[in-house]
Amino acid sequence: MNKKPRSLIRIIIPVVLTLVTIALIVWPMLAGGQYVVLDPKGPIGASQRDLIVISTILCAVIIVPVLILSAVIVWRYRDKPDNKAAYEPNWSHSTKAEAIWWTVPIIIIGLLAIVTVRYTYDLEPSKPLAHEKAPITIQVSSLDWKWLFMYPEQGIATVNTLNIPADRPVKFELTADSPMNSFWIPQLGGQIYTMSGMAMTLYLQADHEGKYWGSGANFTGEHFGEMRFDVNATSDEDFDNWVAEVKQSSQALTTEGYKALAEPGTSNVAYYSAFPEGLFQNIVTKYVVDGQSAHSKHGSSSEASGAIQSPTDVSNQDEDKSAN
Amino acid sequence: MLERLKEFASEFFVTGDPLIYGADVAIGITMITIVTVLTYFKKWGWLWRNWLTTVDHKKIGIMYIIASIIMLFRGGVDALMMRLQLAMPNMDFLHPEHYNQVFTTHGTIMILFMAMPFMFGLFNVIVPLQIGARDVAFPFLNALSFWLFFLGAMLFNLSFVIGGSPDAGWLSYPPLSELSHSPGVGQNFYIWGIQISGIGSLATGINFLVTIIKMRAPGMRWMKMPMFTWSVFSTCIIILFAFPILTVTLALLFLDRFAGAHFFTLDLGGNPMMYINLIWMWGHPEVYIVVLPAFGVFSEIVSTFSRKKLFGYKSMVFAMLIISFLSFFTWAHHFFTMGSGADVNAFFAVTTMLIAIPTGVKIFNWLFTMYRGRIRMATPMMWTLAFIPCFIVGGMTGVLLSVAPADFQFHNSYFLIAHFHQVLIGGVVFGYFAGLYYWWPKMFGFQLEEKLGKWAFWTWNIGFYVCFMPQYAVGLMGMTRRLSTYGWDTGWWELNFVSTIGAFLMGVGFLFQVAQIADGIRKYKTLKASGDPWDGRTLEWSIPSPAPEYNFAVTPRGDDIDEWWEEKERRAKGIYPPEQPLEPIHMPKNSSIPFIMSVFWFVAGFGFVFGWLWMAILGLAGVGICMIARSFSYDTDYYIPVDEIKRTEASLRGSV
Repeated sequence: MNKKPRSLIRIIIPVVLTLVTIALIVWPMLAGGQYVVLDPKGPIGASQRDLIVISTILCAVIIVPVLILSAVIVWRYRDKPDNKAAYEPNWSHSTKAEAIWWTVPIIIIGLLAIVTVRYTYDLEPSKPLAHEKAPITIQVSSLDWKWLFMYPEQGIATVNTLNIPADRPVKFELTADSPMNSFWIPQLGGQIYTMSGMAMTLYLQADHEGKYWGSGANFTGEHFGEMRFDVNATSDEDFDNWVAEVKQSSQALTTEGYKALAEPGTSNVAYYSAFPEGLFQNIVTKYVVDGQSAHSKHGSSSEASGAIQSPTDVSNQDEDKSAN
Repeated sequence: MLERLKEFASEFFVTGDPLIYGADVAIGITMITIVTVLTYFKKWGWLWRNWLTTVDHKKIGIMYIIASIIMLFRGGVDALMMRLQLAMPNMDFLHPEHYNQVFTTHGTIMILFMAMPFMFGLFNVIVPLQIGARDVAFPFLNALSFWLFFLGAMLFNLSFVIGGSPDAGWLSYPPLSELSHSPGVGQNFYIWGIQISGIGSLATGINFLVTIIKMRAPGMRWMKMPMFTWSVFSTCIIILFAFPILTVTLALLFLDRFAGAHFFTLDLGGNPMMYINLIWMWGHPEVYIVVLPAFGVFSEIVSTFSRKKLFGYKSMVFAMLIISFLSFFTWAHHFFTMGSGADVNAFFAVTTMLIAIPTGVKIFNWLFTMYRGRIRMATPMMWTLAFIPCFIVGGMTGVLLSVAPADFQFHNSYFLIAHFHQVLIGGVVFGYFAGLYYWWPKMFGFQLEEKLGKWAFWTWNIGFYVCFMPQYAVGLMGMTRRLSTYGWDTGWWELNFVSTIGAFLMGVGFLFQVAQIADGIRKYKTLKASGDPWDGRTLEWSIPSPAPEYNFAVTPRGDDIDEWWEEKERRAKGIYPPEQPLEPIHMPKNSSIPFIMSVFWFVAGFGFVFGWLWMAILGLAGVGICMIARSFSYDTDYYIPVDEIKRTEASLRGSV
């Protein structure tokens, strides 16, 4: 190829464009918004943030040198008449070099795999959190297109808003009375699917009082984007006061009321002083065919008597029934 | 009567949206123009003889690529509409339902009707030339595969103006895709569009597997095969095992919708999670199906434009085969959050991150192919160079996503969106563009001018980073995928706005490419390419551009990976191969059956979409008749006489 001398403009254009690109990317990152995933307010979220940081560092150990290496190689061996770098058109094998770059990624991925497996067992969503206070149970059901939160111990229910006591584990039991959704409060910890016919368990905890962002993360149709809720973490005292207030000032959710609520449509924030007994179990077992338990359709992992609590564990549901 | 007709029309045609009326008009004008032009220039016969009935793998490849670029346009317009809707909070450009249709069709079209046919196009144009064959193993089946893909894609696209588009996401999870939640015909279009083209994909996979196994030039042992051919081979293995899963899954979904079965509905004992497992057992291998050939393209280009042998050939082959094997053990990483328990999640997390090892090795080998080479910055090489950092970063975020407990935070967020676009655009699209630029002269006999191509390259690349880097960030801010709108209070708008700018820059890049091609067509006489415009290394560069219909006048030998390069070295030393006598060449005859049969499939599919059984039966009967007709056609081949070969070769070589 015929080589023309590189005019200044041909260097300036890419440089300017690159700088503009970087500026465009960096500016909004500084300008606003909050990195909720990287700013956890509870132990699960914190562990997940740590894991993200560890795995990023492990990956960076490989990719940063490789990025630099690629830039250097491309620069050094570019086709220029006065390029004095070595040219060996037939050099195509080096056992030593290949041994190195098979081994290094294997080691890095090996390390990452060990870290991942450990964290996977530690952060299994259905694993109870160690804490001196007993967990509070909240039953969550995703509906089209709103969230229903039931507090079996308090006997109240809310829609699209969630109050929890801070510094106390929360045991979420989750199901869906609509297409599969995903329950996500980034600052407290990662998400888990809500699915019809199943009860999932997710332990989370807020270390501090505050208001956190929560949403449905899995697409469920037309107004899925409106399935947002605030999570208000308050002191135990404030939580009890709030429960008392809801009990006094709101109406009860009746069976008919639930049927109307479960119809597809959006909803404002709502509070209920009571809800039908066993509503959560009824939602979970809605599709059970006679002669089968809800659980039997979804694999038998929990039948090996509970080394790890399975999300589909029937015993969860039995406990809840007795709690009610 | 008129009333009933009106009622029918209002359900049959999509109405009520100015954007769609605009599209209706545009489609109408385009159709009229095409018909008028063809009639005015009396080109109907030419179209029929040279293209619609052809069994020539090169022409089929070209048709695949043209269709794919049109689909890239359609999918790209979808993408721009989405980005426009998300540019600012509370935008009122697309209604949520319309938005859902747009992202569903965007995903489906880009993967199944853009990436797949682009890939098949490159398979078709290059593989037989690279292995020194005269055609693929089953030329008739090859034509049938193309027309099934094409009419399947057209059926899917029709949903946009007739009946209504699917809106349950590109993988159509039930129950959203069941009758209960999608009562319209949109999902039926999805099922039948993909099903019909899927049969074609499976057949292509088998066809190329057999072609590569059986039709290599004498001397071309397995470990002497060019790397692109190896990548096609490993891809076809994945296709062979993955596509039947898709076929069955969609068939079951169709039975649910059409015949009231309950495979994927909870009532009466079905299970939507079964669908999710099945669709990802196809869906995850599918991403390796589309990316492996891109790896093959990069291998060819890096070696050619560094004027150096590919480094670590055996490692490359081994790495590719490991990837195709491992691709079947990663599907569950798409639903770590389904609560399968720590055992399952740990297993799939580790198998997923294992893929990074062979992929990383390939990147090192490409780098060391350039090392001690002489790198020429032609457009194919520029796309390859752009791919390397892009794919390294995208691969790394993929590894992050495979860390199961961390994935609880990334899943379904924009972080995920940024990741898979980075590997699919940075890997697949860049790869296919590189391949298109590289083999363009071989396909069309003229070279594209580079200036506009370089503009396209820079706008595409800058646009890409401006578009997708902010999406990683906004994902960490808690923005979830498939949101059609968001509020000011979220703090997401700046990043989204920047991302939209990037998307439009990529759109400008596409326009530059269109301009480049248009410019090339205008000047094609002055841009005539020789048989070997890039100083290539493999057999396809040993014959004239464009290749004659019989490819090789005499069967070449394939004793070396870079056979043509070696041959050129030998010739430089004055060693010429012995003159071989020409012999009559055995070729397949054109056939109209693939086209007609696919049209009948289209008719059947359309009937099933609307539940018009008479039409479906009519279509299927037509398919059956075509099969019978084919089984009775004995006159399917002919010989090109030596004189004609001599004439063709003289005229082709004379003009070089």
